[in-house]
Amino acid sequence: MTTIPAAESSTATLAKPGGGMTVGLFITCINDVMFPQTGQAVVKILERLGCTVEFPRAQTCCGQMTTNSGYFEESIPAVKQYVKAFSGYDYVVAPSGSCTGAVRDQHPMLARETGDQGFIREVDDVSQKLYDLPEFLIDVLGVEDLGAYFPHRVTYHPSCHGRRFLKLGDKPARLLSHVKGMTLVPLPMEEQCCGFGGTFCVKNPDMSAAMAADKARHIRETDAEYVVAGDNSCLMNIGGVLSRQNSGVKAIHLAEILANTEED
Amino acid sequence: MGTELRRITEGNHGVARLTPAPDNGGTFLGMPKFQKAVKTELELSVQRKNMRNATTTIRNKRALRVSESPDWEDVREAAAEIKNRVARHLDHYLEEAEKSLTARGVHVHWARDGQEANQIVAEIAKAKGVDEVVKIKSITTQETDLNEYLEEQGIAAWETDLAELIVQLGHDRPSHIVVPAIHRNRAEVREIFLREMKNYGRPAPEDVSENPPELANAARLHLREKFLRAKVAVSGGNFVLADTGSLVIVESEGNGRMCLTLPDTLISMVGIEKILPSIDDLEVFLKLLPRSATGERMNPYNSVWSGVTEGDGPQEQHVIFMDNGRTNVLADPVGREVLRCIRCASCINTCPVYERAGGHAYGSVYPGPIGISLTPQLRGVDDPVDRAMPYACSLCGACNEVCPVKIPLTDIILHLRHRVAQAEKADRFGEDAEGTVERNLMKTAGWVLGDAKHFEAVQAATRSAGWALKGKPLGPIPVPIAERWLKYRDVQAPPTQTFRAWWKKNQKEGK
Amino acid sequence: MTAQTMTERDAEARAEILARVRQATTDITDKNLESDTPIKWEYGRGIEMDDVVGTFVQKVIDYSATVVRVAPQDVPAAVVDGLKATGADASAVVPAGLDAAWVDAIRAAGIEVRVDDPALSKEVLNDTQAVVTAAACGVADTGTIVLDHLADQGRRAITLVPDRHVCVVLASQVVSDVPEAVQIVKPAVLEGHPLTWISGGSATSDIELSRVDGVHGPRQLYVVVIDDI
Repeated sequence: MTTIPAAESSTATLAKPGGGMTVGLFITCINDVMFPQTGQAVVKILERLGCTVEFPRAQTCCGQMTTNSGYFEESIPAVKQYVKAFSGYDYVVAPSGSCTGAVRDQHPMLARETGDQGFIREVDDVSQKLYDLPEFLIDVLGVEDLGAYFPHRVTYHPSCHGRRFLKLGDKPARLLSHVKGMTLVPLPMEEQCCGFGGTFCVKNPDMSAAMAADKARHIRETDAEYVVAGDNSCLMNIGGVLSRQNSGVKAIHLAEILANTEED
Repeated sequence: MGTELRRITEGNHGVARLTPAPDNGGTFLGMPKFQKAVKTELELSVQRKNMRNATTTIRNKRALRVSESPDWEDVREAAAEIKNRVARHLDHYLEEAEKSLTARGVHVHWARDGQEANQIVAEIAKAKGVDEVVKIKSITTQETDLNEYLEEQGIAAWETDLAELIVQLGHDRPSHIVVPAIHRNRAEVREIFLREMKNYGRPAPEDVSENPPELANAARLHLREKFLRAKVAVSGGNFVLADTGSLVIVESEGNGRMCLTLPDTLISMVGIEKILPSIDDLEVFLKLLPRSATGERMNPYNSVWSGVTEGDGPQEQHVIFMDNGRTNVLADPVGREVLRCIRCASCINTCPVYERAGGHAYGSVYPGPIGISLTPQLRGVDDPVDRAMPYACSLCGACNEVCPVKIPLTDIILHLRHRVAQAEKADRFGEDAEGTVERNLMKTAGWVLGDAKHFEAVQAATRSAGWALKGKPLGPIPVPIAERWLKYRDVQAPPTQTFRAWWKKNQKEGK
Repeated sequence: MTAQTMTERDAEARAEILARVRQATTDITDKNLESDTPIKWEYGRGIEMDDVVGTFVQKVIDYSATVVRVAPQDVPAAVVDGLKATGADASAVVPAGLDAAWVDAIRAAGIEVRVDDPALSKEVLNDTQAVVTAAACGVADTGTIVLDHLADQGRRAITLVPDRHVCVVLASQVVSDVPEAVQIVKPAVLEGHPLTWISGGSATSDIELSRVDGVHGPRQLYVVVIDDI
């Protein structure tokens, strides 16, 4: 047995609670196409904690766009595809509260629309093994300190699906509280929706924009350099408004902050 | 008998009327659907500010009072169970309530729809020979548009709740189910009182300021003569207690007590879902409703009365049990959960969409989360306004958390979106360009998401856009759908490599 | 309209609505109320509270009402003080069953007592400055007084139309929470009496959600709590 030299950085001392654990990554369609860096950050975090990450290529999307528009029948192919991609995994992780909520809450409901008892049982089983990143880190792996380093002023927007449907509570804040060098400033009216709402933003564009404008105003009041959230869909909305306003505030996914270390 | 009412033309679009004419005939018929209506509302900066202040105040008050309550979650659970029992066995409770009310000297009437309920009210009023009635705030009678029906029948219906008075005198429509004038500020109220009170009764004091206590006093003076004079009152009802044959009204100002106590005849129009099994159940609902509705530990006045009491209050009483679509709601095992609603408006107060839209844009007397979950079930989804309603929601879920009877509002909203989508598919009614584009898009989405190969093929297209637009944020461009996003926001160009492409490369290069 | 047509229409509407209800609930096969929808709530319980009467007093004061606590022998004087403190120096209505000692004290103070027996007209009530009554019970958690309109409280109109209400509550009538209060007044309801629950004076929040005390009901509430425990 060799002696591990005194650590120069916290990441070296990080425990490997995920050692021997195989995790399926559900990247979600929006991250796949628009935010690959978020997925890369998740892979980095999970591997750093000892997990073996697999990316089943059969995966597509949680189907929220069609489900939330009321097109349940059109969503069933996405549910079937999700089951095809992820059955067999004990743990699946997604960097999105919204898509995690869609799989866990909506897939069982959609499966019942088919009336196929075998399929219902399969969906009830597979859908419940998905975790949003903060849930997996805290509830499954039992870690809060990821040895992350992010020397910036940051404010956190608790996106609605994570906050209310997954009941993440203070989990994201606990993870962020261990990030070195970071100043976390509270966001006024944080509980209010940013107005994205999936197809809501195109079905009700004026209302959605009014909500996003208020969210952006509250973010600017904090003088933060970054707004962080657990959902890139919300961040795309908020970041789009902040960019249009030339505010200089950047939107960043929680995973990207947690993946960042002093070595980076 | 009958009072000498004047007919007023001023402010009433040239029509001589007994009561102020609401704009748009007071109904929501023919108004644009939410998406379009909301555009106008969003531009009303005074209303936006009034609404933001008011909803913030009420949200905070509610949160404080709920935090004081040691057994809040247990009370919510009990309320949900009690109301479920009533809905699931409604025939039993309706018959029991009818029997108890009749035994207490109440005339019980049944109305299949709003028109029938309105006719019953008018017939009773005419039989009493009156040309006016005083009213307690009642959303049920707004649902049936009773005031306009009575006006047509030559009977003036005087609203006596302060907010309803502001709305009525302001030729306006209610925008909230608990505080219907939430969209008005004190300066607007003063102006309305000064301009209108003199036409319909005792004028507002000339020197009335915009201080709320002075405005409330002007209302007290204006209405007192109506209370003392009225022979017939019309109310709704918060609860009907089946075992004792009692009605319950929860209020603040005392205008309800005036209407329930001073006139000779009382007509109460209640939805068939308003029943509670027993007087014992009152404890649960009186713990929940005031804290949820106005953020008070208890509202100033609750009245409970069980039919006719000799020597006290109206000696002739009528209760109208109204369906008006409620049995349609009951028939839907998912949708029927909204029948638990006790009209506290806490979902409305917490809704970010309502806060910005106000109550007028929805096209229903029931706005906000409860409105969009209830109205399309009551009225069906044939009309574009009703079809738009379930989409006036970002599915943020704030409403689910505050509902005192635990209605899963976003689940029901989603369920109703499904009904709308089914209806749109089934008929050729939603033939506007947007509907067609949407249906095709959804069909395509099903195809794309049902197969990873299709999915990757579509990704290739966005990747080429990424190459073409490398690093540049997109500004406003006139592309359908994208236009709606880009009108208000930038979007970054898609990256040149998808995650799955990176993964493939990463894995090949071997770690 | 004739009574006949209304009855026929009502009967037809009644049958149709009940049929619709039954049609809408065909999926509910268990017709037993308890087993189909159990209710776990335990009725009639109070809540833990160190000082029930003290909490009641504080919460009534929170509604900007006035509360005084007096020994039983001081009640007549306290009632008179209450009338004067709220500005009622000329007239007060009382229910027929009000404690005679209180009524005598009001008269002795030079205030005209108008006994609501036989019933006074609305106009007379409107011209009377105040009303004095007893109560059925008090609720500490919500600062509520419940009237069941027995003889010492009178019919509903007398506690509504005059602008000031002096209400006398026994400390022994105060309970911790709403459920106990419902059980106390239930017998009166079963006998057909109405209830009025009063929490502070009449009020409104209809203008900008800011509370204004005093609209149509009595604008001032003065509560005398008798320390009888």
